[in-house]
Amino acid sequence: MEQMSRPSLWLRLANPAAFNTLARWLLGPLVVLTIAAFGYGLYLAFAASPADYQQGETVRIMYIHVPAAWLSLFVYAGMAVSALGTLVFRHPMADVAQKAAAPIGAGFTLICLVTGSIWGKPMWGTWWEWDARLTSVLILFLLYLGIIALWRAIEEPARAARAVAILTLVGVVNLPIIKFSVDWWYTLHQPASVFRMGGPTIHPTMLAPLFVMALGYLALYLVLLIVRMKTELLERRIERLQILAADGERP
Amino acid sequence: MSFAAILRRELILARRTGAGAELGLVFFLILISVVPFALGPDQRLIGRIAPAILWIAALLSTLLGLDRLLQADEDDGIVDHFLLSGTPLVALLAVKALAHWLVTGLPLALAAPLLGVMLAIEPAAMLPLALSLLIGTPALTLIGLVGAALTVSLRRGGLLLSILVLPLSIPTLIFGVTLVKEAAEGRPFTTPLMLLCAVSLMMLAVAPAGAAAALKFARN
Repeated sequence: MEQMSRPSLWLRLANPAAFNTLARWLLGPLVVLTIAAFGYGLYLAFAASPADYQQGETVRIMYIHVPAAWLSLFVYAGMAVSALGTLVFRHPMADVAQKAAAPIGAGFTLICLVTGSIWGKPMWGTWWEWDARLTSVLILFLLYLGIIALWRAIEEPARAARAVAILTLVGVVNLPIIKFSVDWWYTLHQPASVFRMGGPTIHPTMLAPLFVMALGYLALYLVLLIVRMKTELLERRIERLQILAADGERP
Repeated sequence: MSFAAILRRELILARRTGAGAELGLVFFLILISVVPFALGPDQRLIGRIAPAILWIAALLSTLLGLDRLLQADEDDGIVDHFLLSGTPLVALLAVKALAHWLVTGLPLALAAPLLGVMLAIEPAAMLPLALSLLIGTPALTLIGLVGAALTVSLRRGGLLLSILVLPLSIPTLIFGVTLVKEAAEGRPFTTPLMLLCAVSLMMLAVAPAGAAAALKFARN
């Protein structure tokens, strides 16, 4: 009975005002967490962790590169959940979240590609190698760009949201291909070394900065997501007000 | 609504509006005659990249006309008829995809051995090439169907459509070309063949449903 009278958090968030209240509470601690995790993570990555015996100092690029790669997939997965939220549950904040997440995800994917390329130059002797995993991350990047383009092309937000949601879900088919592409078309890239059967193969002294950095990336993502969602809500409100104002001016 | 009637209508429309199978073949012929001018007349080089050329030709020909695939029907109310007919939209869209494939993918697959001869492809790879196109091009058409449904309300959706469709087509392209390469080097090509079948079957399961959902969601 308690639940009947008091709607769940999920339902209450359908109200933009409730979302804004929650966002106000969350934003401060998340910003602090982002700064702290990046500060500690970068200290660990660049000062307090050993250089690799084979890769030397270039291994430190990994602490920027790998969390970005994780986030690029994580953001897409989150967008797929939002897509379900839009299509199945018709949650009004779902498409706001999805629209806000797409450029951030594209940004993380770009960081992953660029840092991977910088790492590849001394390691493989080439800026770009058409190996399986690089290529799949590039496809992921293109999917993000397609999603952003579709958002921009369809004017009416509700209609755009549904089209993008379907595109996102179709693109989800691509996520497992990225993860397992290493096993399919293994060429030059390292085989997966953290999440694999039998536990991680990299040393704990390197694992710690990696996870701290990942936490920093995750917190940064949430901060950006909340800020962008608030902006999107305001933008929609401005648009509505402008329409109302234009209606009012009509004789 | 009778599926055969829709199929027949699509094929007649394709033929009379200049998108028939024979024009598709002329398009491929032109594409492969452009290649030597771009690369120089080196037979060995052309032979090596011939599978890639034919697969890219398949991608291009699938993209052509894709933006009109559903838009014309949306404009003149055929999609509304589809929705009112009581027949599941998924099945009707699958028939439309079949019609599109019959005038783009199938002619290319059938003509591939002939075009392969002109492109100096390895004789051992000739039939596998045709096979790869026969199995792979339906996946391209089906992915394109989703893209066409998503951009149906856009006046100039052609460019956006290619941006949406091409990334999703990449796995198909990879498996298709790998199949031909393995065959050309005399190795067994069961694995890429299976993967190509898997991609096509998965798209057959996913794409018509996705396209139907996109069309329905676009109108309420």
